[in-house]
Amino acid sequence: MSVPDTDAAGAPGARGVGRRRGHQVVDDPSTGRSPRLAALFLLPAALVLTALVLYPLVYSVVRSFFDRSGDEFVGVGNYVDTFTDRRTLTAFKNNVIWVVVAPVAVTGLGLVLAVLTERIRWATAFRLVLFMPMAISLFASGIIFRLVYDEDPDQGVVNAAVVGVHDLFSPSSSYPGAHPRDGAPFTATPEGFASTGTFRTGSAVTVPLVGFAPAQVPANAAAATAPTAGSDELRGVVWLDVSAGGRPNQLDGAEKGLPRISVEAVRDGGVVGRTTSGDDGRFTFPGLPAGSYQLRLPADNFELPFRGLTWLGPSLITPVIISSWIWIMTGFAITFIAAGLSAIPRDALEAARVDGATEMQVFRRVTVPLLMPVLLVVFVTLVINVLKIFELVLVIPPGSSQEEANVVALQMWQVSFGTGGDQGVGSALAVLLFLLVAPAMIFNIRRFRRERS
Amino acid sequence: MTAATAPERVRIVEVAVSGSPRRGLLSRLVGRLGDGTVQVALAVVALFWLMPVFGLLVSSFRDETDNNAGGWWTVFTKPAQLTLENYEGLAANETVLRSFLNTVLITVPSTVLVVVISALAAYALSWIEFPGRGWVTTVVVGLLVMPVQVALIPVAKLFGALGLFGTITGVVLFHVAFGLPFAIFLLRNFFTGIPRDLVEAARMDGAREWLIFAKVVLPIGKPAIASLAIFEFLWVWNDLLVALVFADQDSAPITVVLRGQLRQFGTNIDLLSSGAFLSMVVPLGVFLAFQRYFVQGVLAGSTK
Repeated sequence: MSVPDTDAAGAPGARGVGRRRGHQVVDDPSTGRSPRLAALFLLPAALVLTALVLYPLVYSVVRSFFDRSGDEFVGVGNYVDTFTDRRTLTAFKNNVIWVVVAPVAVTGLGLVLAVLTERIRWATAFRLVLFMPMAISLFASGIIFRLVYDEDPDQGVVNAAVVGVHDLFSPSSSYPGAHPRDGAPFTATPEGFASTGTFRTGSAVTVPLVGFAPAQVPANAAAATAPTAGSDELRGVVWLDVSAGGRPNQLDGAEKGLPRISVEAVRDGGVVGRTTSGDDGRFTFPGLPAGSYQLRLPADNFELPFRGLTWLGPSLITPVIISSWIWIMTGFAITFIAAGLSAIPRDALEAARVDGATEMQVFRRVTVPLLMPVLLVVFVTLVINVLKIFELVLVIPPGSSQEEANVVALQMWQVSFGTGGDQGVGSALAVLLFLLVAPAMIFNIRRFRRERS
Repeated sequence: MTAATAPERVRIVEVAVSGSPRRGLLSRLVGRLGDGTVQVALAVVALFWLMPVFGLLVSSFRDETDNNAGGWWTVFTKPAQLTLENYEGLAANETVLRSFLNTVLITVPSTVLVVVISALAAYALSWIEFPGRGWVTTVVVGLLVMPVQVALIPVAKLFGALGLFGTITGVVLFHVAFGLPFAIFLLRNFFTGIPRDLVEAARMDGAREWLIFAKVVLPIGKPAIASLAIFEFLWVWNDLLVALVFADQDSAPITVVLRGQLRQFGTNIDLLSSGAFLSMVVPLGVFLAFQRYFVQGVLAGSTK
């Protein structure tokens, strides 16, 4: 590679038979020496790269100092705009989150899985499965994950699973959404529906509920009838006050009592008695000290069913998109790291094992240090990829959380070609994006030079 | 770290002489159990990786009503809801079909041009001596990670002036430009690895450079060219951003057309799921048919 090009320039006919000098000198790589020929071979690539990559790079830098119309020089004005615009700042903030979280997660996951796949026979099949997302467009992956994280537990598999697990541990209430009829002497409080007045022992209370479909009433419910209470007890009935033709707040004999509703007796702010209604909706507080009590139907009778988390809402959107990116890139990390693993001398690992090191120690003290160069390459590659993240952020968030999910590459496109239409600021964002990947550029060039020498 | 392996090797010998260190029955048992656990854990991971795609696939075979009524997993209990309706709708959708054709018309020329142009350049960078070769190669390496964003605005302007904006040609040219650095780099690395004797022998026989290129280097370079072609094909096929900027309604590829339907995600799930699958079939087929080349191409081109 480091051959001096002393006679290269003056050798127009330096090809074919005449070019034999090289193989006589041992050090010479015996390449054909012909700048003119090289130019011909390089011409198409040089033309395309100059016109569509290098010239545009220079143009973008210059353009970033001019205003929206491109006529007026504004100095660093566009850059100032960039760093004061709320949407762009959100984009920068998200890019930072992405860079800090995503590449480390994927490199770590890839490392662990690559090491683990060495212990199974179907390693090739496993890697194939995890590599598959790389073949799918980021756009299609976005659609896939939009569906995965759909808020409706009847659509999105994640929320379906979350709701399933939740309901396993805390079953949903029997009467979601039910509430006392307007005009009944009850008010909503944080604890539940409390009676506005108090009831003396010996009285019977009627609690008419509405807001619940009669078809959903448990099959064991019986017709509700008015109770009569003994002198040392408080009785009542909870029923669904909805029969056709029946009068509001009146038991008409056909209306069903609501079983298994919990009722509390409250005195001076403290709960002094707790009971549950029977099949006919009747409940009794026996043996209460004489006096007046407030009745309360605790809120957990009527809680709406748990519907999972709003994954695609503004607060969770970035972690959600990152998770989809992890799904896409882990296969790449595994395959790359597995290639590095196979290059590790087996005897180093064996030696450590023979010395009595546990698998964990072998992993931490031998495998990881030996793999460091490979891990670094994977990591840098992932960082570059993350900085350019675009399609996933365009596709996964619904309109309402677009803004919260924004990233620089997307913002650049929106500002330049979307509603913004400001190509001055757009150019500034493009230049900033370029500056963000510049360290990776230098990393690549350094690595390339080192490998060559 | 490599230095540490030397004393360790000595210990291997010591151990070999004195017998293996004692490993209790329990630890051996745990080791076996551990393997079982690893198998199960990795199987679960693999399932997690397959499920999202499977979900979309199943959704694409359910009609809109069923999709809105419940999740795709209900097919396990009610398989009768599977239907080809969405795909029939797709087949009758002129816009989507046209965009699918556009995807092909953009992808194939881009791939061919990138391969041809980069092979020529890579040959010059590896086998023709000229002043400044190292410098040119360094520029190519530097361009590897260039974000397309830096060129969107200027090239849009340039294409506008040349009448290429909104045309398939324009989209192809942009893809070629940003495909070249990686392509040149990959092929150059492969070409420089070709044994010098082969090229030199051809030169001694009086072969001209383009003959050496065509008859010696290209045939040997086939595996690298295959990896490159597959990578480039998938890259362009799967693109959204470039086409979003440079294509118009008539030249839009399928990703751009489907993206236009995203706003009503819930009501368009029939079109989106089947359309997304239509766009995924070709890359997945290529992936499964040419796994090795594909993986090599992606690993090599990962910095793009």
